[in-house]
Amino acid sequence: MNPVNYLYLAALLFTIGAVGVLIRRNAIVVFMCVELMLNACNLAFVTFSRMHGNLDGQIVAFFTMVVAAAEVVVGLAIIVSVFRSRHSASVDDAGLMKL
Amino acid sequence: MSFPLLTATAAVPAVGAILTAAVPAARRTAAKWLALIVSLVTLVLAGIVFARFEPGGDRYQLVESHSWIRDFGVRYELGVDGIGVALIALTALLIPFIVLAGWHDADPLETSSKRWRPTQGFFALILMVEAMVILSFEATDVFLFYILFEAMLIPMYFLIGGFGDRAHSGSDENAAAQRSYAAVKFLLYNLVGGLIMLAAVIGLYTVAGNFSLTEIAEARANGSLEMATSTERWLFLGFFFAFAVKAPLWPLHTWLPNAMGEATAPVAVLITAVVDKVGTFAMLRFCLGLFPEASKWATPAIIVLALISIVYGALVAVGQRDIKRLVAYASISHFGFIIMGIFAMTTQGQSGATLYMVNHGISTAALMLVAGFLITRRGSRLIADYGGVQKVAPVLAGTFLIGGLATLSLPGLAPFVSEFLVLVGTFARYPVAGIVATTGIVLAALYVLVLYQRTMTGPVKEEVRSMPDLRPRELAVVAPLIAVLLFLGVFPKPLTDVVDPAVRHTMSDVQRTDPQPEVPVQNVEAAK
Amino acid sequence: MDNLIALLIAAPLLGAAVLLCGGRRLDKIGHWLGTLLAASSFVIGLVLFADMLGRSADDRAMYQHLFSWIPVGGFQADIAFQLDQLSMTFVLLITGVGTLIHVYSIGYMEHDERRRRFFGYLNLFVAAMLLLVLADNYLLLYFGWEGVGLASYLLIGFWQHKPSAATAAKKAFLVNRVGDIGLSIAIMLMFTTFGTFAFGPVLESAGETSEGKLTAIGLMLLLAACGKSAQVPLQSWLGDAMEGPTPVSALIHAATMVTAGVYLIVRSADIFNAAPDAQLVVTVVGAVTLLFGAIVGCAKDDIKKALAGSTMSQIGYMILAAGLGPIGYAFAIMHLVTHGFFKAGLFLGAGSVMHGMNDEVDMRKYGGLRKYMPVTFVTFGLGYLAIIGFPGLSGFFSKDKIIEAAFAKGGTEGWILGAVTLLGAAITAYYMTRVMLMTFFGEKRWQPDAEGREPHPHESPKSMTIPMVLLAFGSVFAGGVFGIGDRFVTWLEPVTAFEHGHPPISAGAITSATVAVMVIGVGIAYLQYGRRPVPVVAPRGSLLTRAARRDLLQDDFNHAVFVTGGTHLTRSLVYVDHSLVDGVVNGTAAGVGGLSGRLRKLQNGYVRSYAVSMFGGTAVLIAATLLMRAV
Repeated sequence: MNPVNYLYLAALLFTIGAVGVLIRRNAIVVFMCVELMLNACNLAFVTFSRMHGNLDGQIVAFFTMVVAAAEVVVGLAIIVSVFRSRHSASVDDAGLMKL
Repeated sequence: MSFPLLTATAAVPAVGAILTAAVPAARRTAAKWLALIVSLVTLVLAGIVFARFEPGGDRYQLVESHSWIRDFGVRYELGVDGIGVALIALTALLIPFIVLAGWHDADPLETSSKRWRPTQGFFALILMVEAMVILSFEATDVFLFYILFEAMLIPMYFLIGGFGDRAHSGSDENAAAQRSYAAVKFLLYNLVGGLIMLAAVIGLYTVAGNFSLTEIAEARANGSLEMATSTERWLFLGFFFAFAVKAPLWPLHTWLPNAMGEATAPVAVLITAVVDKVGTFAMLRFCLGLFPEASKWATPAIIVLALISIVYGALVAVGQRDIKRLVAYASISHFGFIIMGIFAMTTQGQSGATLYMVNHGISTAALMLVAGFLITRRGSRLIADYGGVQKVAPVLAGTFLIGGLATLSLPGLAPFVSEFLVLVGTFARYPVAGIVATTGIVLAALYVLVLYQRTMTGPVKEEVRSMPDLRPRELAVVAPLIAVLLFLGVFPKPLTDVVDPAVRHTMSDVQRTDPQPEVPVQNVEAAK
Repeated sequence: MDNLIALLIAAPLLGAAVLLCGGRRLDKIGHWLGTLLAASSFVIGLVLFADMLGRSADDRAMYQHLFSWIPVGGFQADIAFQLDQLSMTFVLLITGVGTLIHVYSIGYMEHDERRRRFFGYLNLFVAAMLLLVLADNYLLLYFGWEGVGLASYLLIGFWQHKPSAATAAKKAFLVNRVGDIGLSIAIMLMFTTFGTFAFGPVLESAGETSEGKLTAIGLMLLLAACGKSAQVPLQSWLGDAMEGPTPVSALIHAATMVTAGVYLIVRSADIFNAAPDAQLVVTVVGAVTLLFGAIVGCAKDDIKKALAGSTMSQIGYMILAAGLGPIGYAFAIMHLVTHGFFKAGLFLGAGSVMHGMNDEVDMRKYGGLRKYMPVTFVTFGLGYLAIIGFPGLSGFFSKDKIIEAAFAKGGTEGWILGAVTLLGAAITAYYMTRVMLMTFFGEKRWQPDAEGREPHPHESPKSMTIPMVLLAFGSVFAGGVFGIGDRFVTWLEPVTAFEHGHPPISAGAITSATVAVMVIGVGIAYLQYGRRPVPVVAPRGSLLTRAARRDLLQDDFNHAVFVTGGTHLTRSLVYVDHSLVDGVVNGTAAGVGGLSGRLRKLQNGYVRSYAVSMFGGTAVLIAATLLMRAV
């Protein structure tokens, strides 16, 4: 199969993720969408690795996974503690830092 | 490897600052004594630097050089020439008096919390400034200098904003607002200057490839480092702007009266007598040393600005109603003299300018600290609130008069020597500028004597009647300063001996020689 | 012997330091200590004088080099002294008259609680004045020059609690500073022209530069002299300086400090000799001032201010003589010395009168005092005869020589200057006779003062009368001692050079004319003030009288132009500084603040909109990159 198709898939996933980040209000969903975008990037990296015949893309994909894992840990912790104090997971409600 | 004397001179006050800050809240007096002792130890070290420095020796002496940020060629490189030695001596000399004069300025109020430790902070910040200023006089690495030049703003900001003059007019909130306005203005002016300098520092690095003053100056002198005329001019302007803000030169001066007016008298002295000197010092060392051609190109404009500073500062000083702001404008006038002397590019002008930095520091300290004692007693900075002080506090009035006479450059007191040298040095190359500057002599007499007359003479005002004369601590601050003023007024040779060779080097940097007299007297000695 | 020169200065300087720093402990002995040190300086002066007389005329100058003062490159200023015949004359005058006035002050200031400080200032003055005349270069002279200015400032304002005294002191210092600009520019010019400013080399090579340069230097020196010696147009401070205690007026503002300008010009003789234009200006300034001072002196009712006008006028004579060149230098100095005696004597007499009259200075409230104060009357009278040039007394010898020299200038200038000096002599006789008649003759006119205290005129104590008697001796005999046989001229000749002037009319005729105009002046004054009773309240007077009472309006001019104008200038500059210079900065700050307020609205707190801007930005960046690549 033509590897370019994987790229189309990656672009599609990325767009879905991006739209999700933009239009959803629930922090958890926004978070999932961010993950979706990261994974779309991973897919693109792996595809490029395959297309160029070297391992650089795969290495970067591992990095991304590690970063994503760390991000999940910190991000979920923040969301949980915000939910506990405000009883809401809506990102629009958390506007306290705004002047 | 010899003992790192220069590092030690700066490190002692820095360590002292940390120790002072760490003194527990209840042991306030211990913090004061610690600060005083540390500043005296620094004075001793500065004395050793002065003694070890050989006027006839290398240009930069007591050199220390260590690699710091290798990738960018930044080095921890120290060395002093005669100009640096003189200014280190000035700084180390003044700090003990500033500490002593500010002994009670940062005592916590009765109402404040027990854990509040303003006193420790006040003296720690003063020592921190001292350390940074001394190190900046020693740095021969442009990057190191830049860091110090900017870093000293931080403690100064807190000193101005955090420890204002308790003698203010109006309500406490109003005073606090004015104080924070002054502190922010000080910070913003100097940060803008510093930012432009940062751009020039980066520019210099891209052109020269390293930050070492000595290497760049040498490369420029022997032609191995070419610089396009326009590049050199832009870089010069970047450096000069920062120094002109700090010096300060008209029209970048307006932060100084605010800062000096709102700060306590010792901090005001710290600003004008010590920190501002870094600006004029840097003009002499970095502007002339790194960009000789651009310096010559900019000279006419700078001389004009300096002249405006001299006359304008003095005239505005005459019109002031606030004692401390008056001294601030007087300082602006004096900084005009210093800058004029530097850019006259004659031996007399530059030696005079260097001596002027030292003498202005001491004379302003004497005048301002006595003014501070006066203001503390009456609780007002307004000239109109005083009158007849001479009758009730003759010693205070006498020392105030001597400080004033030094400010107006009376012969016999140190500032005369430097002012006359600057005038002669300027006159030799720019006669008109020299003549215009002499009007500063008359105007100085005007603002000093008007101030003295309105505050000290005439019928005794009711509020002044119970004013005590100088206390022993205050006399211990003023008397040595006056003694130094008298000594350097009659015998400035120890200082000129040190400064003269350094100035010769600077003159050769810019490839200028003194104008020769029209009818040189062949043999002065024989004529006697 | 040479090394004694520094001691001349050191003695009074030590006195000043000890008295001013010593504190109240010295209150009891301070005045004795001050007097003793001034006297010891006089004794050292006499020793040096005796030594000098023992040497041949050309070998009399002595030098002492103490140390290098300001050595910077080619700029070499030394603390070094030169004592030649000219300096010696001044040293003896300063220390001699100075010591007498110290003694006088012991009595005069007896009731002042700050007497110790007064003596400290007097000693400081003597030291600075000696430095001025002993310096061997112009910069050190400048040191002394400003030093005497400081002492003068401190002493005029000695009674600082009086606002008028404080203002007068400030004014004196400021006007002097204007003159000092002249001296500093002159020194700068010397440095750029000759590379030095020591007397020896500068004066020796004065001929080697252009006349224009020398004229400039000369005019600048003249400006300095005008300030210090109260010559038109910088004369206005001297009248006000009378606010100081009377011994100060006698010592500083009559006998010594105000004559420093004459010293400066005579010392710089070689420069002026080579610059005829500058010399002409000097004579003009002298002539104008001698009339100006004399006219002002005629109108003043304040005894000290009348004498101050007279001082101005007499110094005008000296400056005029100094402007005449080698035919006048020696006579300028001779008149300076005799004037030092009789004017100091007159001032001390005036002080003695005030002492007995509850410090009243208005002559219209004196009258008939000769019966109450015989010693003062006689000594004042001798001084009076000396100043109007009564034949045989000292003023006659010195003033007559100046008038002769003025005629000898030659040409139209000579006639004009001669006529002016003669006119001045007549006016001198008039105003001094007026002072004499109003004070010591006629009926008593004093009344109880505001607090109801009736003055009880009485003779002053011995400490005050003895100096007056000694000065009266000087007023009578000094002229004869100096003038007969040209002794003084011979003494000074090695320093100032001397040429005999040849007036177009015979010396005898000039002398007769001098005596004649003096008699006329005395006569007019007698008709006005001797024959008729003096009104206690001053009559309105003619326009000239009213103008003269106000110092010929020159002071009003100064006030209008410099004081009022200057105040407006500084006020408006303060405004400019606050609104314009600072305003630009504050305006910028306000602009930045406003802009940031608007930009702040973009931060609406919705994560979505931040994300949109991020995506949008990224898209724009990528598009731009692709576009650049494509191009």
